[in-house]
Amino acid sequence: MKLSPSVISGVATLTLAATLAGCSGGIGGEESSGDEATLKIGFVSTTTGSLAPFGQANSFVVDQMKAYFADNPLEVDGTDYQVEIVVKDAQSDSTRAAEVATELINSDGVDVLISSGTPDIVDPVSEQCEANSIPCITTVAPWQPFAIRDGDKPADLSYSYHFFWGLEDVAAVYSDIWTQVSTNKKAGGLFPNDPDGQAWSANFPGLTESSGVTIDNPGLYTNGTKDFSAQISQFKGSDILLGVPIPPDFTTFWKQAKQQGYSPKVATIGKALLFPSSVEALGDIADGLATEVWWTPTAPYESSLTGQSAQELADSFESETGEQWTQPLGFAHALFEVTAAAVQKAGSTDADDIVAALSDLDVSTVVGDVAWGADPDVPPYVAKTPVTGGQWRATDGGDHPFDLVVVSNQLAPEVPLAGKVEPLS
Amino acid sequence: MTWVNAVVQGLLLGGQYALLACGLSLVFGVMRIVNLAHGALAVTAAYLTLWLSQRTSLPLVVCLVASVLVFAGVGYLLQRGLLNRALRGGELAPLLVTFGLAVIVVNLLQEIATANSRSISIGGLATSSTRIVDGLSIGVFSLLTLVVAVALIGLIQLFLSRTAVGRAMRATSDDPGAARLMGIDDRHMYGLATAIAVGSVAAAGAFLGMSTQFTPGYGDLVLIFAFEAVIIGGLGSLWGTLLGGLVLGVAQTVGAQVEPAYGILFGHVVFLAVLALKPSGLMPRTVTA
Repeated sequence: MKLSPSVISGVATLTLAATLAGCSGGIGGEESSGDEATLKIGFVSTTTGSLAPFGQANSFVVDQMKAYFADNPLEVDGTDYQVEIVVKDAQSDSTRAAEVATELINSDGVDVLISSGTPDIVDPVSEQCEANSIPCITTVAPWQPFAIRDGDKPADLSYSYHFFWGLEDVAAVYSDIWTQVSTNKKAGGLFPNDPDGQAWSANFPGLTESSGVTIDNPGLYTNGTKDFSAQISQFKGSDILLGVPIPPDFTTFWKQAKQQGYSPKVATIGKALLFPSSVEALGDIADGLATEVWWTPTAPYESSLTGQSAQELADSFESETGEQWTQPLGFAHALFEVTAAAVQKAGSTDADDIVAALSDLDVSTVVGDVAWGADPDVPPYVAKTPVTGGQWRATDGGDHPFDLVVVSNQLAPEVPLAGKVEPLS
Repeated sequence: MTWVNAVVQGLLLGGQYALLACGLSLVFGVMRIVNLAHGALAVTAAYLTLWLSQRTSLPLVVCLVASVLVFAGVGYLLQRGLLNRALRGGELAPLLVTFGLAVIVVNLLQEIATANSRSISIGGLATSSTRIVDGLSIGVFSLLTLVVAVALIGLIQLFLSRTAVGRAMRATSDDPGAARLMGIDDRHMYGLATAIAVGSVAAAGAFLGMSTQFTPGYGDLVLIFAFEAVIIGGLGSLWGTLLGGLVLGVAQTVGAQVEPAYGILFGHVVFLAVLALKPSGLMPRTVTA
């Protein structure tokens, strides 16, 4: 048999590769058999796709945490643990989120999975953790869509722990904002036909009943609607505007409302006004729009890891990235605080020990107090964090065109008020 | 008056759809290519216009024209370098190529321009309007979009029917083989057609960027309306596309007036009805054929 030169060289390459692989395997083996104990954290983030704005703060926080843990190994039960963080991109897709969660569990062998940003991402991640018995800590999704997945009862979860607020908190904040301005107690509801719009339109009328405001809901519109004349003509005469639209739809609505002469006295808008970039893109007409604030640099909280105050964390984000601070920043940081605290309390990286530690963990983080098992009104795996209400105000020659200032702190009196609600002009 | 208002707002909305759809219609009319990268190209053009207006002190109109010219060039190169080759691979190949192109473009944009929302600022023009009567106001910018759409479609139509190059383009569309025998370079004709189409996409993208805020993936959200406008109007007919855009716009606003939840749905229903009852569209191709 005669072998061609290419086959021979191919075989040679394969042999060489196998030898090299054997070598590196040997080196790797020595490394892991050393005295160093390691905590491996898997982070399902959203770096690309429609939810990428949520992920922008994540990558900053991951870099910050890698640097922090490199200098300060985590002390667990007298042993210094190296902390390794593996980040995977869910590409803003639920299916992909489940896939990368499985990869992190099975291929990377992480001890804890963390994830931040919308039910679309954190729910599938938590499901994979339940299936594989891996502790899972998630945030930045209202607790209802996290807990209630099928039917109307909260799911029975053993390995997932979530911290954030719920619809009842946003409703209370919005009611407070409405009552600070004298109105005719009529609100127009701009609700899209998506999970958020369905949940808000179904629950807000009941949750805001005490404010005496009646909500006029003309029906759930489809995301991507380019004309809102019908809603605008129906809302005329309502002094309050309420809604949870996606940013481009709100821009379309708000510009058309101005064109067609609808000007409510107060507008509380979720989702569309979350990120400063969306507010800037609205331009001058964004001045005075209100939204819920779940994290702000002026809050008197500080990190249990780095000791930074909320303001210092926001400042370092701004100087590092050149972007204005965003609300998910504090929560991404808090994910690592909670994970570190849970592992320290558990005394090991064993899944069941960590889960047991999480079940009654109480830790002061840069987003406020996170305590599980403390609130009988929510499932035991949910910890509620404080929410306030804020108004976007145009700045006079500041660093950024708009600032989000706190105007309602009923639910979190420790967060200082920057003023009263100013009616829309 | 609310119904009159719904129809008027629908016509204005239709202008935006028609402006978006005319490039799609032209590419299909001449080359039978369904360009799935249409939405992504429109958003890219919006970014380019925004970038130009931020980096230079030129008036927005100049930036818009510059962006249209750049995109016309891109369109020509795209056709000669990529789509002409894909056309040789059968009907499915160009479809897949444009799909792949859309994915690449969206991710590149995300890498370069980040996922932050952007908008092209047009100051007071965005919210200024003329009140016709009580309960009926016409947005100045919406009206401008409609006028630009009609003018652009009229110009392209005039070009196709009255100029030598336009005639050669139509001949190539009818029968590339016969046109080649007459000495027409069909690859060049295809290139020119895509150049015009992508140039018009750039104008549409810039207007889109002025009317709302966009992110790299925003193109997908509007692509479906452009497709529906083309189908309702009749494949390959530019005036048909204008009519299709207007019909779609009015269907959506009148539908929303009946029940705000059903606005977009009414548009889809009209689209399906046209497909079922008159599959060739309201104005089957006349001149471009």
